[in-house]
Amino acid sequence: MSIFAVPAGWLKAPHGAERTWLAIALLWCLVLSVMMPYWHLKGKQTSSGEAYDVEPGEFNARVEKFVRDGKVDVRNGIPVVEAPPGGHAYLIGRSWTWYPILKLKKGVEYKLHVSSLDFQHGFSLQGKAGQGLNMNFSVLPGYDHVLTITPTSAGEFNIICNEFCGMGHEKMTGLIVVEE
Amino acid sequence: MGILTSDNSRVCDTTGLKVCLQSEMLIKLNAVVAVVCLLIGVLAAFGLALTRWETIGLLDPLMYYRFTTVHGLNMLIFWILFMEMAILYFAGTVLLNNRNASSLLSWGQFGLMLIGMGMVNYSVFTGRADVMMTSYVPLRAEHEFYLGTILFAVGALLGTTNFFANLYVAKRDKTYKGSIPLVVFGALAAAIIAVFTILHGAVALVPTWLWSIGMMEAPDAGWYRLLWWGLGHPSQQINVCAMVAVWYLLGTLTVGAKPLNQAVCRTAFLLYILFINRASEHHLLVDPGLSAEHKMWNTSYALYLAVLASMIHGFTVPASLEVAQRKKGHGGLFGWLAKAPWGDPGFAALFVSLVIFGFGGGITGVTLGTHQINIVAHNTLRIPGHFHMTVAGGTSLAFMGLAYYVVPLIFRKEYSFRGLARIQPYIFGLGISIMAIGMTLAGSLGVPRRHPDIDFTDAAIKADLSAASPFMALVGIGGFIAATGALIFILLTVHAVFLGASNKGRAMTSWQKPEQDKLTRDLMSTNWNPEGAGLKPSGTSVLTLLLLAAFAIYYFANWKALADVWHVS
Amino acid sequence: MADQPHVAVTEGADDGPVHWLQKLLDNPWLLLFLGVVVPTLSYTVWGWVELVLMKKAELP
Repeated sequence: MSIFAVPAGWLKAPHGAERTWLAIALLWCLVLSVMMPYWHLKGKQTSSGEAYDVEPGEFNARVEKFVRDGKVDVRNGIPVVEAPPGGHAYLIGRSWTWYPILKLKKGVEYKLHVSSLDFQHGFSLQGKAGQGLNMNFSVLPGYDHVLTITPTSAGEFNIICNEFCGMGHEKMTGLIVVEE
Repeated sequence: MGILTSDNSRVCDTTGLKVCLQSEMLIKLNAVVAVVCLLIGVLAAFGLALTRWETIGLLDPLMYYRFTTVHGLNMLIFWILFMEMAILYFAGTVLLNNRNASSLLSWGQFGLMLIGMGMVNYSVFTGRADVMMTSYVPLRAEHEFYLGTILFAVGALLGTTNFFANLYVAKRDKTYKGSIPLVVFGALAAAIIAVFTILHGAVALVPTWLWSIGMMEAPDAGWYRLLWWGLGHPSQQINVCAMVAVWYLLGTLTVGAKPLNQAVCRTAFLLYILFINRASEHHLLVDPGLSAEHKMWNTSYALYLAVLASMIHGFTVPASLEVAQRKKGHGGLFGWLAKAPWGDPGFAALFVSLVIFGFGGGITGVTLGTHQINIVAHNTLRIPGHFHMTVAGGTSLAFMGLAYYVVPLIFRKEYSFRGLARIQPYIFGLGISIMAIGMTLAGSLGVPRRHPDIDFTDAAIKADLSAASPFMALVGIGGFIAATGALIFILLTVHAVFLGASNKGRAMTSWQKPEQDKLTRDLMSTNWNPEGAGLKPSGTSVLTLLLLAAFAIYYFANWKALADVWHVS
Repeated sequence: MADQPHVAVTEGADDGPVHWLQKLLDNPWLLLFLGVVVPTLSYTVWGWVELVLMKKAELP
């Protein structure tokens, strides 16, 4: 009984079906253990956590320069900025918008710097219905989170915020436009 | 000091165990407050279910966020931890034939946790802490929210200390022979994890509280997340340990089950003690500042050894039920299951909890907690989909099953409306399953958690997640059924405690048919070997292989889904 | 000779050499120590060190 103390001598090796299951389960855990390092080396998606210490004001100034250098359009009052192909792109999460709108090229690698000017935000990239695209990263004030990212599909992709950031969180959206 | 006498204890009329009277009082008080917190959480759950069901959309964003905060805190922290304190008193005294060690620690536990819970609920209800359960800095709540949390944690630490004192005293005074019972060992694992949890909570929240009263700079956001999740996730691992201990307990009470091999069960708990707390990393897998190595090593609990532990319990618990049933003469591959006491809410809760936790919560948890797969899952509805199958469908349901025995045995009151009690675990389990499936499907389309709608009505740039509408309806309908099931449990339990018929001086009225009950009692009073001839757990072997197949399919399907998204590193 | 193992099991149950695993499982204090220290080093301390050592942003 599991509710009574057990006299010494209970320590013995498992046998029969229990032993077999133990072996199978251990084997499965090894498969699970190998998959992550394997994907880290061979796969195309991982979160390396590359980040640098940054003051929100400093980051904001760099984003304003990025906007001045690359602004090609304005939509809904928000500048649309074309990032230099293969170069650095900047994105701010702040209450309650993603700024600016980014214009990227399909198949080109970018260093996307994301940070927050106020609260914690959740960068959540959304494909159109049926595309099955959804990617999520944490965005923290004080952290220049660098995502080395290559868009593999073209079109307009919303960014929503999926980390609660106060009243207004539900209307925090943004946009990334990817051209062929 | 640890010896029970007729002055400080009574003999249970059903089990013959000696019950320390002070422990009995503390078990009762903690259980009552737990149920009150459950009620608060359930009422909030109705609001949330009817909001996320797009057709109804009950609450405005402000109220939705507040209800989410109330629901999370009361369900994940208060209901569960008060119940766990009750389990620690039970395991540390009744099962060890021992007297409660310290009145000071015990009353300190109850008092501080009660005050802390009250302060936190007050500040959330009055709109002074619309920060969600996680209270991520630099979002700021009023100071009493943090202070309440700290007092609650200190109370829990006192209760845990008292449990360790009980272990010490019982061993010193030789109130038991050999090794502590398996259920107590499970409670010990829970208590050890609780110490880690509470220490991290203190390190995260004390500076945050000082900041809220203006005595410190705001803590760093990344640092806070690292430390807070040392509280947030392990507090749910306490649940896992307590739940598994309750599975073994209910297995014994409802079918007379005996673990096949105690060494295997205890070693599995040891793996929890050593490795399960690294799962805090599950929340930081897409965070800046932490390396891929830190993420992979910790999220895998070393080499998935805590998953191994769960897979072991997932076998040993049903195997012990099967073998006990076979010993009673219920044979066949699944005949033992067909003849199980399905009308006993203790057994029903045990088995439904086991299935939902294993097939739902376990498989999704390991998959979502895989470093790279988390990119397509972090903070989507898939996460609450997962943990409602572990914490609600798993732990809460197991605790409900426990209550169907705690009330008759400890409160010595009988449940009325027994027909309703018999189906309650199924109603709750069904609701949670429907809701969690809805959440998982909606989350796979990118629908975020903690979000009042999927329309983005007032957003400057329109986003469109309306493809998820049918799944959100499942969330609403399932959530409504689950909350109704939980409410039935609360009403039945409150009625039993205050208005139920007393069973003092006799055994509790069995939940089972007389012939089932007799077989179980007979089995419990005989000394038998669960590894004896002709008792092979072949049905369990089939079920666990089925689990493994489902696991592998879901796991690799998610790698496939990940391979289709943008390249990122 | 054939009887010896049998004798060892019954008499040695209380005071014979105890397997290290059973010693560990029967020692709540050692379990408490390991249960707190192991994850604290692996998760908390390592993570904290990584956050502290984070470099200043250059924002190229």
